Amino acid sequence: MFSSFMTNAWVSGTIIAALAGAVGFFVVMRGAAFAAHAIPNGAFAGAAGANLIGVNPLFGLVTFALVAAFGIGATSRRTKSDVVTALALVMMLALGAAFLATSTEYEPAVNALLFGEILGVSSSEILPVILLAVVCGLGLAVLYRPLLYSSISPELSTARGVNVTVIDTLFLVVVALASALAVPVVGALLTFSLTIGPPAAARLVSDRPNRALLLSVGFSLLTLWAAIASSYLSNLPIGFFVGTLSALVYLVARAWDIGRTRRFQRQLA
Amino acid sequence: MAGNDLLRVEDVDVSLSGRVILQDVNFRINEGEFTGLIGSNGAGKTTLLRVILGLQAAARGRVTVHGEQLTRSNRSIGYVPQKVLFEVDLPIRVRDFVALGVDGHRYGVFRRSRQTYDVVEEMLHAVEAAEFSDRRIGSLSGGEQQRVLIAHALVSKPELLLLDEPLANLDPGSVQEIIALLHSVATHQHVAILLSAHEMNPLLPVMDRVVYVANGKVASGTTDEVVRPDVLSALYGHHVDVLRVHGRVLVVAGENLDEQQAVPDHPAFVVE
Repeated sequence: MFSSFMTNAWVSGTIIAALAGAVGFFVVMRGAAFAAHAIPNGAFAGAAGANLIGVNPLFGLVTFALVAAFGIGATSRRTKSDVVTALALVMMLALGAAFLATSTEYEPAVNALLFGEILGVSSSEILPVILLAVVCGLGLAVLYRPLLYSSISPELSTARGVNVTVIDTLFLVVVALASALAVPVVGALLTFSLTIGPPAAARLVSDRPNRALLLSVGFSLLTLWAAIASSYLSNLPIGFFVGTLSALVYLVARAWDIGRTRRFQRQLA
Repeated sequence: MAGNDLLRVEDVDVSLSGRVILQDVNFRINEGEFTGLIGSNGAGKTTLLRVILGLQAAARGRVTVHGEQLTRSNRSIGYVPQKVLFEVDLPIRVRDFVALGVDGHRYGVFRRSRQTYDVVEEMLHAVEAAEFSDRRIGSLSGGEQQRVLIAHALVSKPELLLLDEPLANLDPGSVQEIIALLHSVATHQHVAILLSAHEMNPLLPVMDRVVYVANGKVASGTTDEVVRPDVLSALYGHHVDVLRVHGRVLVVAGENLDEQQAVPDHPAFVVE
């Protein structure tokens, strides 16, 4: 499990999990789970297209994820509707399917991109993954407070001088880059489980944004490390374990929260 | 109680999607004055507040604070919006939420200063919300959340506080508490209050001035100057009776006027 050919999986998995935990904290705060599900499907189509024309998959992943993010961001601001996000999701899936059907490696490639591949990142892709993750991390650090403020109340933050449109757009760029990194390893259909489950669990456990963000990163790391180990040992897709473990983390946190609330109510009675 | 001229709204017209919402709006608010912005749902109260905040452009006219044209995110204006829905498990304590009113617009990660938390504590004490400063904001009742929102608006030390329907959905006890609190803020902190509501009676004991919105037009002045049959009839374009019963004011619609009556030349319509 820790042999040399697994090194890329552990390194990239750790980077992806930390980033997904941080990005996911704001995805959950902003109620943007559907967009976080749709954007990785854009990355899927991009990877499939890159596969077809023989360019670096990371290029296709980033380009299409950004197109999906900007498209969803621009149109949903006008319509305030989930319909645009839903249509973007199915269109990107359809485009990815068409690209893959045209290529010669249809079935294994489809499985890897949709459900994850533990060896999905090659040695040559580690450096770009690190660089993109650093860009995303710095982006979140710079945006942190206005992003938090506008997540809690767009109206209050706007009145206080936050340009919510700019913050929304920059955040979607970060989500797109994070999705582009996560799709090759976790899979397009299951990437968003990592950006939803651990952050949703973290916000149940802590009542402080900074701590909830760090907890989200911690839960996400534990989820992905456990998923890599389970996938290696069972030979099942890593996406399966990421999806189920993310849900499990949330259920445990919810049970803990219910128990805490009951104890508090008993003390008051 | 009332001090110098603070806010002036002059000859303001507002249109949304080609439809005229407000026309020829004129009124002023003095320092430390409590003003009720009264009108039915959909009358344009929120639109007028958004114009004052700089979030909605006026088609004509100007809005000034201390004689200077307003800019967006003017620090001299605090704002409590109509509806802020806080999820129960929103991971933020009351004190951290109020602190966002000080530094939430600033980029970058930084540690909050002791001074910021001191101001936050001061405001939470001022609105009598210090006892729940460590609780999650989503776990508070509607009245408690309203107090916290007022503290959030006051924490940047504004001279004018705009509140959009802060009494809606509150029980009668909480309504009285919030009004008393705002009156205290106006009196002791010398912050001018502009509070929108569709029911003016709870505000009668504390209002220095009323801005009455109806039919896209506005009348302003003291309650006695504005809440009169002739002024409100002209505003609504209908005959309107004003009944005073047990200290309460009832505005009752009557029959249509034969012709659309022009707004009379009454002090209530003149910017003083």
